[in-house]
Amino acid sequence: MIEFKNIHKKFGKLVVLDGLNLSIKKGGIFAILGPNGSGKTTLIKSLLGMVIPNKGDILFQDKSVLKKWDYRNQLNYLPQIANFPPNLSVIELIKMVKNLRPKESNEQDLITLFGLEPFLQKKLGTLSGGTKQKVNLVLTFMFDSELIILDEPTTGLDPIALIHLKELIKKEKEKGKTILITTHIMSFVDEMADEIVFLLDGKIYFKGSIDALKKQTNNDNLEHAIANLISKQYA
Amino acid sequence: MLKILKYSFFDLMRSRWSYVYFIFYLALGFVLLFLNNDLNKAVITLMNIIIVLTPLIGTIFGVMYYYNSKEFTELLLAQPIKRNTIFMGQYVGIALSLTLSLVLGLGIPFVLYGLFRSTAIFDFSLLLVVGSFLNFIFVALSYNIALSTDNKIKGFGYAILMWLFLAVIYDGIFLISLLLFNDYPLDKFSLIATMLNPIDLSRILILLKLDISALLGYTGAVFRSFFGTSLGMVVSLLLLSLWVILPVFRMNRKLRKKDF
Repeated sequence: MIEFKNIHKKFGKLVVLDGLNLSIKKGGIFAILGPNGSGKTTLIKSLLGMVIPNKGDILFQDKSVLKKWDYRNQLNYLPQIANFPPNLSVIELIKMVKNLRPKESNEQDLITLFGLEPFLQKKLGTLSGGTKQKVNLVLTFMFDSELIILDEPTTGLDPIALIHLKELIKKEKEKGKTILITTHIMSFVDEMADEIVFLLDGKIYFKGSIDALKKQTNNDNLEHAIANLISKQYA
Repeated sequence: MLKILKYSFFDLMRSRWSYVYFIFYLALGFVLLFLNNDLNKAVITLMNIIIVLTPLIGTIFGVMYYYNSKEFTELLLAQPIKRNTIFMGQYVGIALSLTLSLVLGLGIPFVLYGLFRSTAIFDFSLLLVVGSFLNFIFVALSYNIALSTDNKIKGFGYAILMWLFLAVIYDGIFLISLLLFNDYPLDKFSLIATMLNPIDLSRILILLKLDISALLGYTGAVFRSFFGTSLGMVVSLLLLSLWVILPVFRMNRKLRKKDF
């Protein structure tokens, strides 16, 4: 479904992606992991067309995405920091994003699920971080798309919202969708992910199931297995 | 693009600063007209204020809006919309809302005062046209600066410097060079130097429409023979349009390679 071919990306002198190759097939939950600054967000943003690679090609549904924009109608993206225009109310923002995408949406169920009704008329500038993240989640999940990309989806969520989020992700998976998640919370990965993609030094260091990773590192605990991978970088 | 434009426009129209700006012009218009009683003099005073203030406000609103809506812009970039569309929509939205504050803020007191019965209506309209141009020019310039600088503080600094250069320093250099090269014929030089700065160009354009250009001496006569004609007027307006088109063009080029 997605294919990264020999992606190079430099920011000034800093090499972030260094000849990265990765292919992700349709269906399932993929966790993109790696130490801070390993290029997880850059990888996702280059798929979204927000970062333009210096070299290489990215295919989405067998078509190159570089310099295109209409393919983005087939994917939903949850950005890392949810900072919305403070003068708009929640409902206006939802309406506006709906207005921008020629697609069916089911925001009402999601608003009920996350208990956002009391906040609909409130200005976005007055909301707490967790509530903003819930709005962010509604905006991401309200469209029916083949690919869902979540950048640190758990930030600021309370336990109940977190449970709802997990249920949502599982439901989307059952519909046969592809879900990419970046996160630093290993218990979340352990519970949700089918496959792990581990980035190090701008390349894919490991790709496979959680069990395969545990076997390779001789570790029963995912957190320690990942720490084991990262520590090799420092060695 | 219209959707983004509409949204940016309404977002700004709802912000407190648009109202402050609008009320400032409204108050200015009323004070000048009802304390002055002379429409021509009011137009000159207004010109002096508009020519310095609209560029400054346009610059500040431009950079401020860009940096403040950065995360939201990123959200838009992930939607199925072209990059150029997003930024052009924002740009026109800002420039348009500033222009509306200007036109309504000054227009209301003038209409109440009886502008339509006065002969100053042409001068006044020219003032508003020039003010609108300055809005579009300086928002475009500041968007260029903001797009090229990721650091907010630096971007702000560069934008203010740009305004300071065009509004104050340029004139200083211009005057010094006039003094230094006093022995040479300077009419062509000063004509060209004036046309290269949108603020100076706007000022001369309005001054020559008023009856005080006789005070400008020989160079004034050269200016008058150029700007006073309809050809001069057309050339000046074309140059002002060029000052909008070039920054917008560069903005679109810059966007093609920019990472967010």
